[in-house]
Amino acid sequence: MTGPHGFSVSRYAPERGALAKLTARDSVLRRLDWPLLLSSLALSFIGALLVWSATRGRTELNQGDPQYFLWRHVLNTGIGVVLMIGTIWLGHRTLRGAVPVLYGISVLLILAVLTPLGATINGAHAWIVIGGGFSLQPSEFVKITIILVMAMLLAARVDAGDLIHPDHRTVAKSLFFAALPMVIVMLMPDLGSVMVMVVIVLGVLLASGASNRWVLGLIGAGITGAALVAALGVLDEYQLNRFAAFANPELDPAGVGYNTNQARIAIGSGGLYGAGLFNGHQTTGQFVPEQQTDFIFTVAGEELGFLGAGLILALLGVVLWRAGRIARETTELYGTIVAAGIIAWFAFQSFENIGMTLGIMPVAGLPLPFVSYGGSSMFAVWVAIGLLQSIRVQRPITA
Amino acid sequence: MSNIPETGRTPRVQIRLIIIQVLVFSLLLTLGGRLWYLQVRNGDEYTAEARSNHVQQVVQPAVRGSILDARGVPLADNETRLVVSASRTELMKMKDDGKAVLTRLAGVLGMKPKDVMDKVRLCDSQTPQPCWNGSPYQPIPVTDEATTQQALTIRESSENFPGITAEPTAVRRYPAPGSAKTSQVLGYLSPVTDEEIEKAKDTDSPFLRSDQVGRSGLERTYDKALRGKAGVTRYEVDKLGRVMGQTESDPGIPGSDLVTSIDARVQGVAEYELHQAMKTVRDETDKITGRKYEADAGAVVVMESRTGRVVAMASQPDYDPNVWIGGISGKEYAQLTDKNSNYPLLNRAIQGQAPAGSVFKVVSASAAVRAGYDFNDRYNCSSSYSMGNRSFANFESRGHGPITLGDALKFSCNTVFYRLGHQEWQRDGGIKPKKDAHDWFYRTAHDFGFGAETRIDLPNEVSGRIPDRQWKKSFWEANKDAWCKQGKKGGTYVEQIAYESCLEGNQLKAFDSINFAIGQGDVLITPIQLATAYAAISNGGTLYNPTIGKAVISPDGKRIQEIKPKAHGKLPIDAETISNLDKGLRSVVGPGGTAAWRFGGWPQDKIPMRAKTGTAQVYGKQTTSWFATYTDDYTIVMTISQGGTGSGASGPAVRNIYDALYGLDDEGNQDLKRALLPQPQKDLPKIQPDGSIDAPTVKPYDPSEQLVDPAKSNGQQQLAGPPPVWRD
Repeated sequence: MTGPHGFSVSRYAPERGALAKLTARDSVLRRLDWPLLLSSLALSFIGALLVWSATRGRTELNQGDPQYFLWRHVLNTGIGVVLMIGTIWLGHRTLRGAVPVLYGISVLLILAVLTPLGATINGAHAWIVIGGGFSLQPSEFVKITIILVMAMLLAARVDAGDLIHPDHRTVAKSLFFAALPMVIVMLMPDLGSVMVMVVIVLGVLLASGASNRWVLGLIGAGITGAALVAALGVLDEYQLNRFAAFANPELDPAGVGYNTNQARIAIGSGGLYGAGLFNGHQTTGQFVPEQQTDFIFTVAGEELGFLGAGLILALLGVVLWRAGRIARETTELYGTIVAAGIIAWFAFQSFENIGMTLGIMPVAGLPLPFVSYGGSSMFAVWVAIGLLQSIRVQRPITA
Repeated sequence: MSNIPETGRTPRVQIRLIIIQVLVFSLLLTLGGRLWYLQVRNGDEYTAEARSNHVQQVVQPAVRGSILDARGVPLADNETRLVVSASRTELMKMKDDGKAVLTRLAGVLGMKPKDVMDKVRLCDSQTPQPCWNGSPYQPIPVTDEATTQQALTIRESSENFPGITAEPTAVRRYPAPGSAKTSQVLGYLSPVTDEEIEKAKDTDSPFLRSDQVGRSGLERTYDKALRGKAGVTRYEVDKLGRVMGQTESDPGIPGSDLVTSIDARVQGVAEYELHQAMKTVRDETDKITGRKYEADAGAVVVMESRTGRVVAMASQPDYDPNVWIGGISGKEYAQLTDKNSNYPLLNRAIQGQAPAGSVFKVVSASAAVRAGYDFNDRYNCSSSYSMGNRSFANFESRGHGPITLGDALKFSCNTVFYRLGHQEWQRDGGIKPKKDAHDWFYRTAHDFGFGAETRIDLPNEVSGRIPDRQWKKSFWEANKDAWCKQGKKGGTYVEQIAYESCLEGNQLKAFDSINFAIGQGDVLITPIQLATAYAAISNGGTLYNPTIGKAVISPDGKRIQEIKPKAHGKLPIDAETISNLDKGLRSVVGPGGTAAWRFGGWPQDKIPMRAKTGTAQVYGKQTTSWFATYTDDYTIVMTISQGGTGSGASGPAVRNIYDALYGLDDEGNQDLKRALLPQPQKDLPKIQPDGSIDAPTVKPYDPSEQLVDPAKSNGQQQLAGPPPVWRD
């Protein structure tokens, strides 16, 4: 079984057995970035335990089965890994050809969210309920397609050797295609995802070599946009309250500030070693809302302590370090841009998610990559890992 | 590693990738630092906060200990009432929030379902009474007057009443054995306040929100011992208040019992006689004012002479202590604290103070002896004593010629003490005191325990007042501005006094010393001080701290903590002087003495009685009656405000109390079978092996028993005795 670019990249090898092929010096398995893969798997595994602990007692959610969310998380991870393998098998270069189609589908999906097909969860109209207990959050996939469509446009003429850096026209065009889905997501309103997308665009522009004016301009536009959004009252009250509560957590400990306060108590009470898995009072007492998704890090903080929560940070660090290496070592600008976009995405989303539980960022409904419960997010991040692996696998062996 | 080569990447991109990498790692480091700060540096703080988040406590109140009299008769105990309570935690688990159960319960209790539901709802700003103001984890009482039948119905079909309990619960009760209310001595309870909880939080005796706290009297002094310790079970609860487990349970300790030296029977007699004496004297006309005596307040103390233990203590007006049970109503409280009711909450035996009058003469006689005068020398009891152009008359302006100090006590001769007081004042330098002024009269008063608390085991005792040079000075400092403003030379009496006080109120004048020698003027004493001092004369000179508590007995009866009599001083006179005083006071009840007419038929040879009468003048009021007496065993002091003379108003009552103690009739025949307490009660009541204490029954006091011929004495007879020439 060979894909267009994937499992039979060895161009000069004679016919060999399947096992031998996999273990050969130049095989895909050998060329995979194993620290990246293992760190991602470890994060997903820790995530499964934390999700389990957070939902074990939530009978109103787990339909009487304490392991319900554990198995769902494992299943999501499995599907994610399969998606990663599929992505590697197809290869990012193949996908490059399909980017316009993927982009179109993802934009249609988020448009569908705005129709009666969409569902509102936690104030954001961001979901499509598929049925059977499954629902889809298309904004997660948009993050990938924005990276891909911008990379495709920005790298096209550079990789072709026409230009050293993308010209203004290309940058403008790529920004247009990025802005289109962002406006739709803003209407949901899913402000958290928009924030992530802005940072992704910034990372993509930086890595593309676009002129400093574009980068600085985008930062300026982001700030102006934020001010405008606040001034025009586009934000819902709950979103404004989140910022108010962030500015002053004591404002209303039972109301808006309650989440962050309880989250901080949970994490703070963990100490160095933590209470032990399943032993966190805040977790078993269900004091922290949304604990299996947005506030999953509080379970780690309380039950695994500074050592466990620090391990999650370290594993994220490994993922981001390996992704950075991949960005720097690939031969094509397209790969570099894709990797940089993914880094911006993972890094900002992790920082925002963990930062809000630690009280240094305002609350936004964003999952922690790999760790939080949630299918769409899990699939999207594993596809991203697939893209990173594919970029690494497909670069010429340099050693 | 391969760089830049055949790729399209430029140094610009390369540098930017490194910038991204650095940015990413600084974000991660920020998170790590913040994590360390929260978990390691401030971890303890959050751990404590987390604990308070998820632990709720349920309190099983401790049964408050009883207050018993010297023989074990309960003066304050608990009665069991059937209390039906509902557990909110249980009810909230039900689909309909327990509505069905509460409706069924209302049916059983014969209440309206709405009333029951209102009682178990939680109070908040929008909820009017009735509602539950306590912890939602505490069973909420629905009624405390359930019948046995109702309780049985609930308990036998517990499956129909989940979360409902019907349990006997202890409620405070003041049974008033033999109609001895002992109101002010026992005191009362009321719910603990927020400030008290906060204040006692870190002590070894913290309060619980459900606690009742002793507010006055013995309930307050011995609050800690009586209260015991409530049992506390701590439950871990989740965010919705569902119980997840029991963390720890702290078994309660029931309160200890307090055995007192009060004898309920004697207390009953004392209360009755005080009340009766005041009632009787209100029918008498005061010769000075021409009005009937007001007799607005009074107190009596019966004390063991050799220990300072209080056998009975009554104060009028009094009240029924049961009024406090189950929360006092606003109307009832207003009545107890109203001016028109003359403040029945005051225990006038320790909180009432008045000028002493002639009962003070034992102090003056002792002072004279200390100053060098011989007790048995002769001192002129003239009909009046002149100082400058002022004349101080003897009582009814009668003279007795030269008499001993003992006779001066017997006749209560004022002029003898006027002269002694005046002479001593002159010897001390008069208005300008010498450096080493002895101030024997004032010093002796202090040494007898006046002007200071006796340290009785009751709260809020007052100290009285000895108007010595020091006091004069500080009192003048405090009041001179007002006096100077009000004073007017040659104005009304009050204005003239104010004028003089403004000018020289800081000086101890001859006038002051002359008045002080007979217990008049600014001197104020309390009945308990007087009893302590006379008991000291009786017991050979020891001033005991009066005590009511005798022993604290643990609920199992195993640990008995006795409260021993403690002395706080000795009288400043030698045994000979004490003996001389004693003889003088004996003669007061003998022929010619001021109290003789009240002790006709008293078996003086068998039970020697000593007494001193006192009639203190109070500006703007009728005279205060004082009567201080003692035998070898007991000291009895009675006072009646605006009650006339010492022997007149208080004499019969005090005599009747002695008669009851010793089992005497009016003719002095002793019947030990009838005697309530011919000897002070030494032993503690018998404690059964199970810790319970047997209580003898108490018959109410029947005053007619002590009369020789009930038909002859209709209450008028005693008043209609020979008009006393020498009574005060």
